[in-house]
Amino acid sequence: MRHILSILVENEAGALSRVAGLFSARGYNIESLTVAPTEDATMSRMTIVTTGSDEIVEQITKQLNKLVDVVKVVDLSEGRHIERELMLVKVRAAGKDREEMKRTADIFRGRIIDVTDKSYTIELTGTTDKLDAFLEALDKGAILETVRTGVSGIGRGEWVLKA
Amino acid sequence: MELKLPPLAETGETLTGAEIAIRCLQEEGVEFVFGYPGGAVLFIYDALFKQKKVKHILVRHEQGALHAADGYARATGRPGVALVTSGPGVTNAVTGIATAYMDSIPMVVVTGQVPTRAIGEDAFQECDTVGITRPCVKHNFLVKDVNELAITMKKAFHIATTGRPGPVLVDIPKDVSQQSARFHYPEKISLRSYSPVVKGHGGQIKKAMQLLLEAKRPMIYVGGGAILGEASHEVTELVRLLDYPCTNTLMGLGAFPASDKRFVGMLGMHGTVEANMAMQNCDVLLAVGARFDDRVIGNPAHFAAGSAGRKIVHIDVDPSSISKRVRVDVPIVGHVKDVLAELIALLRASKEKPDAAALAAWWDQIGSWRAKDCLKYDRNAKIIKPQFVIEKLWEVTKGDAYVTSDVGQHQMWAAQFYRFEKPRRWINSGGLGTMGVGLPYAMGVKLAFPKADVACVTGEASVQMCIQELSTCKQYHLPVKLVNLNNRYMGMVRQWQEFFHGNRYSESYMDALPDFVKLAEAYGHVGMRVEKPGDVEGALREAFSLKDRLVFLDIITDQTENVFPMVPGGKGMSEMILSEDL
Ligand SMILES: Cc1ncc(C[n+]2csc(CCOP(=O)(O)OP(=O)(O)O)c2C)c(N)n1
Ligand SMILES: [Mg+2]
Repeated sequence: MRHILSILVENEAGALSRVAGLFSARGYNIESLTVAPTEDATMSRMTIVTTGSDEIVEQITKQLNKLVDVVKVVDLSEGRHIERELMLVKVRAAGKDREEMKRTADIFRGRIIDVTDKSYTIELTGTTDKLDAFLEALDKGAILETVRTGVSGIGRGEWVLKA
Repeated sequence: MELKLPPLAETGETLTGAEIAIRCLQEEGVEFVFGYPGGAVLFIYDALFKQKKVKHILVRHEQGALHAADGYARATGRPGVALVTSGPGVTNAVTGIATAYMDSIPMVVVTGQVPTRAIGEDAFQECDTVGITRPCVKHNFLVKDVNELAITMKKAFHIATTGRPGPVLVDIPKDVSQQSARFHYPEKISLRSYSPVVKGHGGQIKKAMQLLLEAKRPMIYVGGGAILGEASHEVTELVRLLDYPCTNTLMGLGAFPASDKRFVGMLGMHGTVEANMAMQNCDVLLAVGARFDDRVIGNPAHFAAGSAGRKIVHIDVDPSSISKRVRVDVPIVGHVKDVLAELIALLRASKEKPDAAALAAWWDQIGSWRAKDCLKYDRNAKIIKPQFVIEKLWEVTKGDAYVTSDVGQHQMWAAQFYRFEKPRRWINSGGLGTMGVGLPYAMGVKLAFPKADVACVTGEASVQMCIQELSTCKQYHLPVKLVNLNNRYMGMVRQWQEFFHGNRYSESYMDALPDFVKLAEAYGHVGMRVEKPGDVEGALREAFSLKDRLVFLDIITDQTENVFPMVPGGKGMSEMILSEDL
């Protein structure tokens, strides 16, 4: 099962390596990991997408909580939540494919943010599934480069993750 | 590098980082610092020199410093403190840190680091200390600002000693130890990201009581957490109140007295038949400060399959220890001592009593497992049996010594045959299984309890891994007794090769052994060799009567002896190999 963990950590040097080190040392999967400061400058927020049985994810949560720099951990996938990922894709867009490429981007609500006469750079936001679907919709040979941020997530409604 | 120090200051005044570090140790009531100097800690050593409160013990290798501090902590319950220099000082210390980490021993390790401006430049004796030690400490800090040093030291002691204890490392760059700051040591500290649960959940404790009272085949399984959590008294009271069987893990020996008839011995890979069979067949299991590790329950799949419908109650201060390898029914997170006290109070107040008939039948069953006498060995042998030596050691020390050990067969025999009555008397590396700990552990214990008998049960291979500490023992007059069960083999390795690798004794023979008697003498100690069973007791008595001398007893034991029972790795607990099977 896929789980999205939201983690508040002290904004200390080394906090990221403690979290990443825990995953590698205990053989847990990381599908994606994002981290950036929060509205409170003393804390950063990480979103980690991981897969594993309920038992494993329970252990991951417990082990994360044990890290001294970790302030709070929640499994967003346990409740209603929103997840988004940002992707930038550079695609071949020359000749007859150019128009088709724009149409496909439009269908996925992608925005073309850079253009040359042979390429487009498309920005796309959405769930991981949507980004995957977009890539699948493209001709493999047309994809020159992709970069994805990994998933960020937040709970729905008025519930907030606080220290 | 300028070596001039500002004048020593009074409390509340401006101190150098080095002085602050030492003052923090004083504030914490630290008696001993085990360490070894070097460039990055010169200022700290200078500050140490100018005071009397904290005594420094100069070891001969940083690994010895860490183990000695660890041994001190295991015997006293107070945090052990070590001080080493950057680079090789740190890398030498890593084995000791990892050893303490695996057994949750409270320690504060102060390390020197290259000056802040040189960090990352591959400076002389630089290593990424925080990076190298991160996976084997409870937490670590790099102090980049002298104004943060005192509070960091406070955090280090706080984190090391609370919740599930563990080693905490404080890395101090040389310039930070030289710079000055106003010294203020906070009395208390709270960390928003660190607040271990201490109080067990009342409702869960009630459920636990119910299950215990409903049990037909109960079992109480007590691990090292009960010792770390000072819960022996409560464990003993609970077991006696219920009259249920109790087993201790290798790390829990002494938590429940071995002389009590309810003690079924140690469990696990080299546990007794009665302990392992009772674990496998019980219907209600109470686990106290234990972690169901692979050396204890073997393969968790076999354990789960053991008794259909077995219910498990697990009390531990660390939530991540619960349901890690074995799913439990009633998890209770909290201080084992307090949870047990509540449980006892509930049981005393309850009108329900355990099912006496079922319990009697269960004890009969356990009696039949006991009758196998699984620890029997040949008492009439012409060659010295290692088990016999431990039995004699127990007799001679009246079962009241601190016993440290190394890792191997001798460790298991010490655990099986020295019947520990009290907690913190059995000092060994259970988690990491580090050869070489025995002698430095004994040093730490002897410093803590100078009047007590301290024996180090070791093997001729293990003892050579920290043998240099014989010199430290000379310098500080630490008259510990080494009981070297010399079988000329890495016995435990040889045993596995005999059982599982077709008797191919690949590199497990100890060739070119030193003359340990002469070696002991060379270090200024007493050495004795014992070759006949009839001489064992006399030699032990003589050794312990030499109150102010370290004695190295080199005891030539049966090379072919194996540790029984044995649960082969990956098997279930009831699949034991017994001596009679071979
Ligand atoms: C540092 C370290 N290296 C290797 C091992 C693997 N090992 C476990 S027991 C053992 C043999 C120990 O021999 P000895 O000290 O003579 O004890 P014996 O088993 O013969 O009683 C070895 C090599 C270990 N536990 N620790
Ligand atoms: Mg040996």
